[in-house]
Amino acid sequence: MGTANWEIVIGLETHAQLNTASKIFSGASTAFGAAPNSQACAVDIALPGVLPVLNRGAVERAIRFGLAVGGTIAPHSVFARKNYFYPDLPKGYQISQYELPVVSGGSFAIRVSSGGTATEKTVRLTRAHLEEDAGKSLHEDFHGKSGIDLNRAGTPLLEIVSEPDMRSASEAVAYARALHALVRWIGICDGNMQEGSFRCDANVSVRPVGSDVLGTRREIKNLNSFRFLQQAIEYEARWQIETLEDGGRIVQSTVLFDPATGQTRAMRSKEEAHDYRYFPDPDLLPLVISPAWIEEVRAAMPELPEEMKARFVSDYGLSAYDAAALTAARETADFFEQAVAAAGAGNAKACANWVMGELAARLNREEKDTADAPVTPQQLAGLVARIADGTISGKIAKEIFDALWNGEGQDADAIIEAKGLKQISDSGALEKLIDDVLAANPKSVEEFRAGKEKAFNALVGQAMKATKGKANPQQVNELLRKKLGT
Amino acid sequence: MINASLKELAAALAAKQVSSVELANQFLDRIARLNPALNAFITVGGEKSLAMARDADARIARGEAGPLTGIPVAHKDIFCAEGWLTTCGSKMLANFVSPYDATVIERFKAAGTVTLGKTNMDEFAMGSSNETSFYGPVKNPWDPGAVPGGSSGGSAAAVAARLTPAATGTDTGGSIRQPAALCGLTGLKPTYGVVSRYGMIAFASSLDQGGPMAKSAEDCALLLNVMAGFDARDSTSLERPAEDYARDLDKPLAGLRIGVPKEFFAEGLSADVAQAVEAALAEYRRLGATTVDISLPNMKLSVPAYYVIAPAEASSNLSRFDGVRYGWRAPEYGDLADMYCKSRAQGFGAEVKRRILIGTYVLSHGYYDAYYLQAQRIRRLIARDFVEAFKDCDLIMGPTAPTVAFDLGDKAGDPVQMYLSDIYTIAVNLAGLPGMSIPCGAGNQGRPVGLQIIGDYFGEARMLNAAHQYQLATDWHRRAPPI
Repeated sequence: MGTANWEIVIGLETHAQLNTASKIFSGASTAFGAAPNSQACAVDIALPGVLPVLNRGAVERAIRFGLAVGGTIAPHSVFARKNYFYPDLPKGYQISQYELPVVSGGSFAIRVSSGGTATEKTVRLTRAHLEEDAGKSLHEDFHGKSGIDLNRAGTPLLEIVSEPDMRSASEAVAYARALHALVRWIGICDGNMQEGSFRCDANVSVRPVGSDVLGTRREIKNLNSFRFLQQAIEYEARWQIETLEDGGRIVQSTVLFDPATGQTRAMRSKEEAHDYRYFPDPDLLPLVISPAWIEEVRAAMPELPEEMKARFVSDYGLSAYDAAALTAARETADFFEQAVAAAGAGNAKACANWVMGELAARLNREEKDTADAPVTPQQLAGLVARIADGTISGKIAKEIFDALWNGEGQDADAIIEAKGLKQISDSGALEKLIDDVLAANPKSVEEFRAGKEKAFNALVGQAMKATKGKANPQQVNELLRKKLGT
Repeated sequence: MINASLKELAAALAAKQVSSVELANQFLDRIARLNPALNAFITVGGEKSLAMARDADARIARGEAGPLTGIPVAHKDIFCAEGWLTTCGSKMLANFVSPYDATVIERFKAAGTVTLGKTNMDEFAMGSSNETSFYGPVKNPWDPGAVPGGSSGGSAAAVAARLTPAATGTDTGGSIRQPAALCGLTGLKPTYGVVSRYGMIAFASSLDQGGPMAKSAEDCALLLNVMAGFDARDSTSLERPAEDYARDLDKPLAGLRIGVPKEFFAEGLSADVAQAVEAALAEYRRLGATTVDISLPNMKLSVPAYYVIAPAEASSNLSRFDGVRYGWRAPEYGDLADMYCKSRAQGFGAEVKRRILIGTYVLSHGYYDAYYLQAQRIRRLIARDFVEAFKDCDLIMGPTAPTVAFDLGDKAGDPVQMYLSDIYTIAVNLAGLPGMSIPCGAGNQGRPVGLQIIGDYFGEARMLNAAHQYQLATDWHRRAPPI
């Protein structure tokens, strides 16, 4: 058998750090990067006698997520203690949700491209629950000892668990990207993967194609980039298939991915031999979420990507593909909408092309976020409007876009003016120009007359060249044909 | 002054008959003289107490005194107090100076009381005799050969020996009421959620409740006025309007219906205690109350249910004592696991370890349903028994403990016998109800007997009313040990 005979089954558990100003059970700040232990209060370091108090902001964000994925928001959910000893876990237990999570079910669409075509797939969610993060152990710089930084201890997390609906590493990455975009879209997580604000555990198993029984899974822990997620799953799936084909069997276990070698390795059984002894935390009352609270959160929800996509298609006449691309990230969609607002709905398609084309390419090349684009939506709208009204050609427009990007002018009009890039549409001037071109290129004229269509393009090119691209290409075409008598 | 009520002390302070500093000195002197034999205090405030007394005197001079300003109190060493050693009776915290105040401590500070010291207690409040303390057993002032009860045994002995006019205690399964009974005091455990648990080192979170221990119901009412109140830092604290717990003290008892559960008078109750309690009930009838026979059919399950739930919560609550950030760390160890094992093995005493083991066991995979969930079901049944009972009565009364104070060492070797000394108090914690103990007689060897009064939820004022009326008619609460 080969890889083709096996089906890979993947489910993801994602920890999204909720962007509350203070921690989930204390008033300490959640800001990243402070001096070690400077943001750990009495509750975070688990002094004797301290008690947790739930941050409503964290719950509100969980509700927002539940609404965004169409999940069920539990009217009554319970915080439990997950008991284990580790130096960066100050209480000796993590407060999490176990039997009754705040969100159950829900789903969202991911776009999977393979072989140049993109298809849509719905991934179901099992649950999402609130919990606190642990601190950090620092094993370097302490000469054989370990340092403990509890700044992160108590940071609110939403653990989002998917059903095992993904069938390839690419699908898993598409899911993770879509989830990443969604949590940012609804404003509950900053999505900063370097800082650990969004990290995934992947449950991977394989089974013979056609089987509907799940294979034994191994869980790859703590993948904090999409690239590692892809590599780790690919390696793990290949390893499992080889193991099974060699007559071995998969033992359920937790594995770590080593980015240096690109390999996964099982953790020592000691590292995972835990009986967490979950039980309801007696320091916290059950979390009660009233319908009124849910409605309050719903009323403040931003338009969701799916809704916005449908609106882009119906209101602006965009293709489903374009609408999906524009709504893949909130910033992109916002940029587009602002540009359309300034340029007019009639220019929506042109705005979309510019946002997905030139803007996306430049951002990508310079590794910038949309929010940091030097060109504003209004500037782009001004540019698109000048193309639409024939002031400039598309080619010149790219030059102007570059100038805007480099901060060479306040808006497209200023640059057109300063650089004299206005399109020549005056038919008298163009007619003279065409006459000159025809006179100067008798050979091309002859070839055209002999039936070579290519020669026509050469003549257009000469006309454009003579005007440094400023001639209105449509008019040049028309005038040339007229003069050549076709 | 040592026998004065809090009201009398406040009046003397207001009339400038005595200063807070003089009062503090008087009690500090008594502590210096009598505590070495009693071992009621782990820490004595000394100059720190006097500084608080000077502040109180200044406040009184400014005319800003509250009802308890300038009055000395002692706090059970389970309450974190900023700048004070806070040991919880354990070697584990023998070096722990709290950097913050418990809410209860904050409230006493705001009231202007003077902290005389921190009182001895069973280690992490686990015990009924004060023999599990790392700091050694406390002696009962009525008889140095007897235990003071526990876990708030230091507070009880200190008040009984007049080393302090009043003290705080905590009650998880009887730890205020049982030592109050054994030392001839009045002690009150409020409804769960009335007194903030913030800064009170947790034993079993769903059962722990702080409360006052003093010589009379009236004193307890004034102390509870300071201690009680909503605290946003404790999620289990109840948000209710503030109340004056002394408001009903003077109401007559005519028409009061007292439920007497037959289960409280069954096998195990010693005759001397039964007799004193019966006499107290007769006194209540004389005061105009009626007694009704009631039943709490699931009472017998309260001790087993308690010894699943309390250790379960404790096993988790005590995980933070790991030697990493504060408290005892083994001087020598190998790897991390070894550091944990040695630090905890050395830092905790035998009873604490026993309960951590029980708690860990009952929460373990495969046992959770059979033990923990089953105990929670029993807990609901017990609470329902009380709801039913309170349909026929206003208060429930019976013995606080099955015997008077037992001798030191008597039950130390037999945990189950020890656990049974809380047989009448535990159900109250499981149900979250308020309960108190008042002195109602002398039993064998002249040792005090406690009458337990159990109220319905938020029935503190009513309980205090019944206790105060009894204390107006009797003098058991005025009797002091012969030291």
